[in-house]
Amino acid sequence: MKYLILIYSNPQSRAAWETMSDEARMEFGRAHMRFGESLAESGELIVSEGLADPALGKRVSVQDGTTMTSDGPYAEAKEYVAGFYLVEADSIEHVVERVAVLPDAANGGIEVRPVFDHSILDL
Amino acid sequence: MSDTEDLLRELAPQVLVTLVRRYGGFDTCEDAVQEALLAASVQWPKEGRPDNPKGWLITVASRRRLELWRNETARRRRETTAYVQTPEPTPVPSIDDTLTLLLLCCHPSLTLVSKVALTLRAVGGLTTAEIARALLVPEATVGQRISRAKARIKKSGAQFRMPPRDEQPERIAAVLRVLYLIFNEGYTASSGSTLNRVELSSEAIRLTRQLYEQLPGDGEVAGLLALMLLTDARRPARTGPDGALIPLAEQDRDRWDADAISEGTRLITHALATAPVGPYQLQAAIAAVHDEAARVQDTDWPQILGLYDLLDGVAPGPMVTLNRIVALAMVRGPRAGLEQLAQCDPALAEHHRVHAVRAYLLELAGEPAAARTEYELAARRTLSIPEQRFLESRAKRLG
Repeated sequence: MKYLILIYSNPQSRAAWETMSDEARMEFGRAHMRFGESLAESGELIVSEGLADPALGKRVSVQDGTTMTSDGPYAEAKEYVAGFYLVEADSIEHVVERVAVLPDAANGGIEVRPVFDHSILDL
Repeated sequence: MSDTEDLLRELAPQVLVTLVRRYGGFDTCEDAVQEALLAASVQWPKEGRPDNPKGWLITVASRRRLELWRNETARRRRETTAYVQTPEPTPVPSIDDTLTLLLLCCHPSLTLVSKVALTLRAVGGLTTAEIARALLVPEATVGQRISRAKARIKKSGAQFRMPPRDEQPERIAAVLRVLYLIFNEGYTASSGSTLNRVELSSEAIRLTRQLYEQLPGDGEVAGLLALMLLTDARRPARTGPDGALIPLAEQDRDRWDADAISEGTRLITHALATAPVGPYQLQAAIAAVHDEAARVQDTDWPQILGLYDLLDGVAPGPMVTLNRIVALAMVRGPRAGLEQLAQCDPALAEHHRVHAVRAYLLELAGEPAAARTEYELAARRTLSIPEQRFLESRAKRLG
């Protein structure tokens, strides 16, 4: 089964970040690096990326065949996606256990979502 | 699949065990064999198949192994004398060697996803690209999974030899689990993207058949092979022309594969009569009872219920509980089933298929409105797209 691990930035996590020392921030990054490496080591990692500031994003809409974009729609958003890991693992319980080591867990900034598959069971 | 591909997949594990026996170093040998297979798949169709295909592959893979090994040794600046290690004379690999290979690929130090990838490549003879397409993951992921898995095996100190006798049942059980997972990965709805995809359920059957040839007396190996054959036999009837799911009760049974059913039935009958009973055998027996009914109304539900009672004792689990309740409802009526469903483990209540089963039983009990609500709940919670479409269509049909 594939699972998407979403890392959120929220007011709590941003406040925590503000108060962190440089060393604590480095350690934050290293925790993610170690997490990615251990997922690669077990063969479970498919892809992982950190996302740039939402102010750099574009919201896209098409009306009457014309594509329109607006800038940084989430500037005032309270919570937004800051990064993700796509993994393949045996169970959601296993993924939950793995993500607990991430520092974001302290700020409620982690969500694990199962990915749809095409399996068929005889009903 | 072309004849060349067939032959290459057949020869792949044999060539690999020959190399490992001759030189040791499973990880390098496995890379070398993979490269030899790729070379053959390019050269043979163009230049014709060599007279001795296996000999050709062994020669090319040995040469490649030497190159890989030299690069590796040069990189590590080893002593020059290490080059002249003379290869041991080669014993012809006995049939047991493929079993040893399978056990190594399903080594307990590996995660399930890594076991699957490594087994498909080293024993199944599939290329990394084929495995990636079949599992719907990027090629780089599979490549990495395989190389890390081999590094992990090396680190664990596992050798290419049969594990001690007392560990064997557990190790073989792990292999069966991997093979069944490969089968189930392949047991999916066909869609446009299946073009050029290796059929994983056929691949799993092929590998399980090989294992059965080596361990014909193991009831669970026979049981798993039978289960796969009896389940796969329904494949032609399982989906409609638009890819929509057709439940067992509504399948056109004339389209079931009669040869697969008779082979599976023969296997399971023999296993049940000669070996200690186990979960795969019981599941195969249940599949056989379904498959022997020419029409859905001919299904021997009391026998299926009895088999689920046994399975519940040997290997209890949420799916067993639910399927047992369906069988019970077929024997004693939907109300009896609904009562049991209400009493079952609260942990099970989270499972989406609880809603699907309740919906079905409510529908049978003549409560369409309640059934509809349950179908909708099940549709929202399933992780499978075809199943979701099916559950939504059931809900809609009940108006």
